[in-house]
Amino acid sequence: MSSSSPTKGYDWTAIAPWLYAFVMFAVWEGAVWIFKIAPFVLPAPSKILEATIQFWPAIWMNSIQTMWTTMLGFIMAIIGGLLLGILVGWSRTIYAGLYPLMVGFNAVPKVAVIPVLIMWFGIGSIPAVLTAFLIAFFPIVVNVSTGLATIEPELEDVLRALGASKMDIMLKVGIPRALPYFFGSLKVAVTLAFIGSVMSETIGANSGLGHTMLAAQSQFNMPLVFAVLLALAVLGIVMYVLMAWLEMRMTGWAHRSSMGQ
Amino acid sequence: MAGGFVEVSNVSLTYGGAGGTLAVDGLDMTVEEGQFAAVVGPSGCGKSTLMKLATGLVRPTKGTVQVAGKPVTGPVSMAGMAFQNPSMLPWRTTLKNVMLPLEIVQPHRSKLSRERAAYTQQAEDLLSVVGLKGFGNKFPWQLSGGMQQRSNLCRALIHDPKLLMLDEPFGALDAFTREELWQVMRDLHQKKRMTVILVTHDLREAVFLADRIFVMSARPGKIVVTRDIEFPRPRPIELTYKQEFNAIVQELRSHIAEARAAA
Repeated sequence: MSSSSPTKGYDWTAIAPWLYAFVMFAVWEGAVWIFKIAPFVLPAPSKILEATIQFWPAIWMNSIQTMWTTMLGFIMAIIGGLLLGILVGWSRTIYAGLYPLMVGFNAVPKVAVIPVLIMWFGIGSIPAVLTAFLIAFFPIVVNVSTGLATIEPELEDVLRALGASKMDIMLKVGIPRALPYFFGSLKVAVTLAFIGSVMSETIGANSGLGHTMLAAQSQFNMPLVFAVLLALAVLGIVMYVLMAWLEMRMTGWAHRSSMGQ
Repeated sequence: MAGGFVEVSNVSLTYGGAGGTLAVDGLDMTVEEGQFAAVVGPSGCGKSTLMKLATGLVRPTKGTVQVAGKPVTGPVSMAGMAFQNPSMLPWRTTLKNVMLPLEIVQPHRSKLSRERAAYTQQAEDLLSVVGLKGFGNKFPWQLSGGMQQRSNLCRALIHDPKLLMLDEPFGALDAFTREELWQVMRDLHQKKRMTVILVTHDLREAVFLADRIFVMSARPGKIVVTRDIEFPRPRPIELTYKQEFNAIVQELRSHIAEARAAA
């Protein structure tokens, strides 16, 4: 779309992300060599790659573990967020009553909740799943309820004058209308869920990338710490892309409107 | 006080409880069955409130509203409505948008899945009447503003409502499209003979389309003049350039000027 100049034969936008990433790593590598930065301060990408290969089985296993807890918390957040979002968007009174509560709840940093979860459920996956759930839940609720609450009043009048019930209006207009908001919020929510589960793993867990990082740090294994950071980045990108793809698939009509005529 | 299809007697409405804004005050109006009525007035005079009252979307604080001989106590559930904003659903094709009321109003609602082919045909026929033949599969955002407004009219009419409420439906269109849609509206009324209440600020539109025009005063709104328009039907668009047509427009204009000055 953006680089559609017909005279140039090659579409650079397709490989631009890879090119930019490559340049970033190259500069990083060069800087480490030129300024002779010690590996326990900032390891060069080549050292990180080395560590990744060396510790691959551990990184892979713990990535799966983190992915699993994140997804479980995320799915719980989707279900809970959708239900509460519909409830909040349903009526003005519920909205007025619940919204301040939710804002207050959301304002509490979730790091502060993790010790409580650990005391309740012990060290392990459960606090990680719950942290992911708690942190990812809010954007879904806000987006779904906003989508429902912003139905055009004229359209609501048209339908009510036909004798439509609140349920009719929700099913025919409210929920389809809220879907782009919902799928849009998933991109944000999955990233947050990931942050939540890794955070919890760093504080109290026996496995997962957060735990691996903590272990590597205590051994001053800086290349491994960075290898884990890189693995986290890759996982984050994968989950984001997955959600963005899902969004386009499910609610293409909302994105196409600008190309209408 | 019987007789009219829509009978509004001595209606007042206050928004926002006691001490709120008085939107309309002592409103009286009668629209006969099959009649085309227009309501004109200065902006903010409660024209849209009148529409909501007649369809039962809001209840009067004082007075009574009757439609088809029955007092209105809730949404009348047989009215078609169209507003200035076409508010088509972007995830539905034009045809599906037009058929939306059939999914809500009885008896169509329970018959829709069994007789879908017949209903689809009906919707397509209606689309071709307003000049949208073959556009049923397009999405609303692929249509121009005028075309969206045409499909909006179809949506308001698909279930053959006895009462059609139009709130400045042609307000956002260019002059040519507007005159074209006046004629579409004229023909639709000629064919279906439903009762229409058109809220507008365009006096020429009102005089061209309506049998009876109500002029409202500034807020709190009340009817200050009722004017019957006796031009024979069907009225050609050329009528709007005739001397006698403009005389009535002029006359209404002075009523509105008075209504505004009184505020």
